[in-house]
Amino acid sequence: MDKLLPRLPFAEWIDAGVDWLVVTFGALFDGIADFLKGIVEGSVEWLDMVPSILLAVLFALLAWFISTRRIALFTLIGLLFIDYLGYWHPMLQMLALVLTSVFFALVIGIPVGIWGSQQATARKIINPILDLMQTMPAFVYLLPAIFFFNIGVVPGVVASVIFSMPPTIRLTMLGIQQVPKDLIEATEAFGSTTWQRLSKVQIPLAKPTIMAGVNQSIMLALSMVVIASMVGAPGLGQKVYQAVTQLKTGVGFETGLSIVIVAIILDRITQHAGKKKQGGTTL
Amino acid sequence: MSEQIAIKKIEVINTTKIFGKNSKRAAQLLGEGKTKSEILKATGATVGVKNASFDVYEGEIFVIMGLSGSGKSTLVRLLNRLIDPTMGTILLDGENIVRMNKEQLREVRRKKIGMVFQNFALFPHKTILENAEYGLEIQGVAKAERQAKAKESLALVGLAGYEDQFPSQLSGGMQQRVGLARALANGPDILLMDEAFSALDPLIRKDMQDELLQLHHDMGKTIIFITHDLDEALRIGDRIALMKDGDIVQIGTPEEILMSPSNEYVERFVEDVDLSKVLTAGHIMKKADTVQVDRGARVALRMMKQLGISSIYVVDKANRLLGAVTAQDAGSAIETGKLLEEIMISDLPMIPPDTVLTDLFDIVSTAVIPVAVVDENKRLQGIIIRGALIGALSGDNQFINNNGNFDSDEQTDTEVKTDG
Repeated sequence: MDKLLPRLPFAEWIDAGVDWLVVTFGALFDGIADFLKGIVEGSVEWLDMVPSILLAVLFALLAWFISTRRIALFTLIGLLFIDYLGYWHPMLQMLALVLTSVFFALVIGIPVGIWGSQQATARKIINPILDLMQTMPAFVYLLPAIFFFNIGVVPGVVASVIFSMPPTIRLTMLGIQQVPKDLIEATEAFGSTTWQRLSKVQIPLAKPTIMAGVNQSIMLALSMVVIASMVGAPGLGQKVYQAVTQLKTGVGFETGLSIVIVAIILDRITQHAGKKKQGGTTL
Repeated sequence: MSEQIAIKKIEVINTTKIFGKNSKRAAQLLGEGKTKSEILKATGATVGVKNASFDVYEGEIFVIMGLSGSGKSTLVRLLNRLIDPTMGTILLDGENIVRMNKEQLREVRRKKIGMVFQNFALFPHKTILENAEYGLEIQGVAKAERQAKAKESLALVGLAGYEDQFPSQLSGGMQQRVGLARALANGPDILLMDEAFSALDPLIRKDMQDELLQLHHDMGKTIIFITHDLDEALRIGDRIALMKDGDIVQIGTPEEILMSPSNEYVERFVEDVDLSKVLTAGHIMKKADTVQVDRGARVALRMMKQLGISSIYVVDKANRLLGAVTAQDAGSAIETGKLLEEIMISDLPMIPPDTVLTDLFDIVSTAVIPVAVVDENKRLQGIIIRGALIGALSGDNQFINNNGNFDSDEQTDTEVKTDG
């Protein structure tokens, strides 16, 4: 059937664009890939050198330091349980993937959020991009990631960074904008510079909200591990993927449960980090 | 403050603030004499402050008063440019702050102008000491020095010992003291106080007003105080500017505003004022009939008969009040040959002329003879008669003296009668 308009070759344009990027910036992408791969695999190697029980205790102590004893206890038992199931090494691989992704999501996301909080025009640019990043099915940007960075852990990291960054940006913007207007006026009236206003008043007051964003980013990065395993990222996600494709219900549950345990640990610890030390704001 | 030579600290000249996109067109309409609501209809722009001009003298408390929406908070923010004026000139110590660039403006805000906010605007994540330090901290003052200054200014407002608490642990009144201490720590010449006491309950508010007056007396800062409360304005203001719809309707001393409102709006505003808190003994006193102490009892009695009164005040040559004598005592003194000094009542109630009427009721109601008003040298200024007190409270102007003081010629009147 003849159409009034010929089909728009949008897909072809995208393909051409991706091809052009791969050819033109190939060296750059290779560099980025090596860098990210180095970080993830390096940290896994490094963590592997520590005996699992000692590492579990260290994590528990860290949890205790940041949050409460109950969470520390849960951390210890949970990690030892994963070790006992035999998923210690995949768990470390997943942790390295998640934490690396979140690290980059924060390094990019928090400054972008601060920028957006200061300028209405910046917000007008940032918000639609965030909508796109959050709603575009993650598989879609896994594909170009493979072209740019090859198969393995790196496209997984890149996809996770993109997918997990929006909450940090949004909540950083929100937190800073929610600082009461009269406090902003007070900082201005005393002659603060923009940076003094941000660093001494707005960011400290926005911290709980920013931490909620960080928490959300971690959760989203965790939710990406199974998807990332489809492009070859190792870890617990890969085990889940294998269990699904081989119809191994038991293994699926074991690995799934392990992911849940890690998720709970990370969630509780980061929630506490946000609430802690807000001085006299709560009576 | 009137005894000092008045130096202009701030001069605001034809300053206008228009909010909204169409400010140019609105300014044009404003020039054509259109009203605030007409301009809003025509352009969608809101006139915040309309062509304001006034001076603030060094060391005075200048109160800007008006109802909400009258533009008073906008006006005060123009003074440190938290809001930029649409047009006009604002001179601070002769320098036009409207023309200043960011750095110059920051310097003015850091060194010259402190501000206190209606809802305190304390930083909830900082301790009381850190709050008070803030202004100095951002100037890069060394920690030891700024802490010392902050502690000093906290002690000044009566908050020594609270340094390590957080704002939420303090009551409203105390929080506003912190706000005041924070503004004072920088050592500014000018203090802007935007409805600083409006969020406090009445008793605390009165305490704070008293303390502000005391601080002002001790430190002599120029204070610009915003309020919607006429009683507060009358209590603390050396001069008051009354605002309506972005316009300054009248500027004057509390008394001028009360006694000669420039238009109907001001009149309506002030008609509910509790006169007993505004009028002073000076306003309602009548001239006193006196007898000099060396004239003797006979003269005193004759004067009382002539004037038809039952008691008379006894003064010395310099018109200093010595006491009072009743007709009865004078009569018996003539028989026994006693001197006036021996028979007069000397423990009379005496009050200074600036006593407000509220504080008079008790004295006047219990006194047997009219209450004497004396100056600091005990010179008799006048007397308070019950009828005049009641008449003045009812707002009857015939009982109220214009300037709160007698002219000195009226005193000589009495002297003439004494001779007669």
